[in-house]
Amino acid sequence: MKFLDDIGGYLIMIRHAFSRPEKTAMYSKETFRQMNDIGIGSLSIVAIIATFIGAVTAVQFSYQLKSIGLVPMWWMGSIVRKGLILELAPTITSLLLAGKVGSNIATELGSMRISEQIDAYEIMGVNTRSYLVGPKILAAIVVIPMLIVMAVALGILGGWAGGVLGHFFTTAEYVRGLQDNMKNWDVVVMFIKCVFFAFIIASIPCYKGYNVSGGALEIGRASTQAVVLTSIMLVIVNFFIAFFLLGE
Amino acid sequence: MIEIKNIKKSFGEQQVLKGISAVFKEGKCNLIIGKSGSGKTVTLKTMVGLVEPDEGEVIYDGRSFTKMNFKERKLIRREIGMLFQGGALFDSMSVEENIRFPLDMFTDMSVAEKTEQVNTCLKRVNMVNTNKKYPGELSGGMKKRVGIARAIVLNPKYLFCDEPNSGLDPKTSLVIDDLIQHITEEYQMTTVINTHDMNSVMGIGDHVVFLHEGYKYWEGNREEIMQITEGELFDFIFASDFLKNLRRNAKV
Repeated sequence: MKFLDDIGGYLIMIRHAFSRPEKTAMYSKETFRQMNDIGIGSLSIVAIIATFIGAVTAVQFSYQLKSIGLVPMWWMGSIVRKGLILELAPTITSLLLAGKVGSNIATELGSMRISEQIDAYEIMGVNTRSYLVGPKILAAIVVIPMLIVMAVALGILGGWAGGVLGHFFTTAEYVRGLQDNMKNWDVVVMFIKCVFFAFIIASIPCYKGYNVSGGALEIGRASTQAVVLTSIMLVIVNFFIAFFLLGE
Repeated sequence: MIEIKNIKKSFGEQQVLKGISAVFKEGKCNLIIGKSGSGKTVTLKTMVGLVEPDEGEVIYDGRSFTKMNFKERKLIRREIGMLFQGGALFDSMSVEENIRFPLDMFTDMSVAEKTEQVNTCLKRVNMVNTNKKYPGELSGGMKKRVGIARAIVLNPKYLFCDEPNSGLDPKTSLVIDDLIQHITEEYQMTTVINTHDMNSVMGIGDHVVFLHEGYKYWEGNREEIMQITEGELFDFIFASDFLKNLRRNAKV
């Protein structure tokens, strides 16, 4: 019953989140503020993680392929590129953002709820779901794909550095692999994942934070639940997107 | 004038409000008093629409708030200002941004006009030169004063205050009470204050409603309240034996 209540509450929140704003300028300002929080605030951590994910992918795949000895090492560029575009960059970055951005959103809204700031907005006549939730989702949908594109680029760079420094392949081999058999559809699938993931990363923590009741303990609980639920939803949706868009 | 008629509200099995009716007068400080758990906060939240009543009606100058749809309520809410228990200032905004927010959201005033209005409100609550401070840098009393400034920035007809003195020392409480009273008279607002501070009752209680266990137990003014010699209200006012004896001896 609680589960159905949550589904209903979540859908109602989403409907209200995109209702007509009272004043577009104020909503735009809030959306840009959220873009800054989500995007700029996550830039360094995404950059570090993506670079090392690319590097470790290149090193570990090279190690295994070298031990088999049947596969040319210039394939590594292709393997790193494909792996990053289709899976590693969108999924790992999103899981990372589920923790960082998700907990931040749930805590922010939860604190606002407990300290009656949301009530203060309501009393003024502000549609709080539209003003507080809508801009967060919109900002995430704009900014998270950008972060993921950056993660792909830095992952590829990391892969090159890892492979070349480890003497697994040369720069020329890696570049040849990167250019080989490039499919635009892979990039389209990546962007589809990005949009779905961004929506999940922002909307589930918004729901959990917005509906907090009680005290500080409940804010922490809501934040944890938001991260766990968002992570589970990410991997489930990831599977279904791959299944339907990449399956034969 | 605000009228509430037969307000009932339950949370699960527990009935918190058991049919409360009262009239809150224009240009007066109307106080709702009662012990913790008597239903004061739920009554106040029902009046402003943060809690929906199970039964009954809230009427603002002849306009039934309870029967209004979402859009109509949004319009009437622009006539309402509210001071919350902890101030409820927006953490991410400075004092100036907090007070300017309703102006930004609901008016087409120029930047200069907004700044002037913000400064007027800050001056009114004796908080000049705090424009750039953030809520985290303010004391409890200062937060309440900024909360009042934000509540009155749109010149509301109705002002609601939820426990305005909670967490404040007696002297600061008096400052806040005086401020609320002066603003009420100056703007001719209908002010409803939810409190259990007897200093407030005696200082600004033009009209007092005493709630007990979800019922309206007594209604009157601060002069009449001092005539009470027994019952729940007497126990509430003179909570300690010391005060009870003092009162009885004074009467003798």
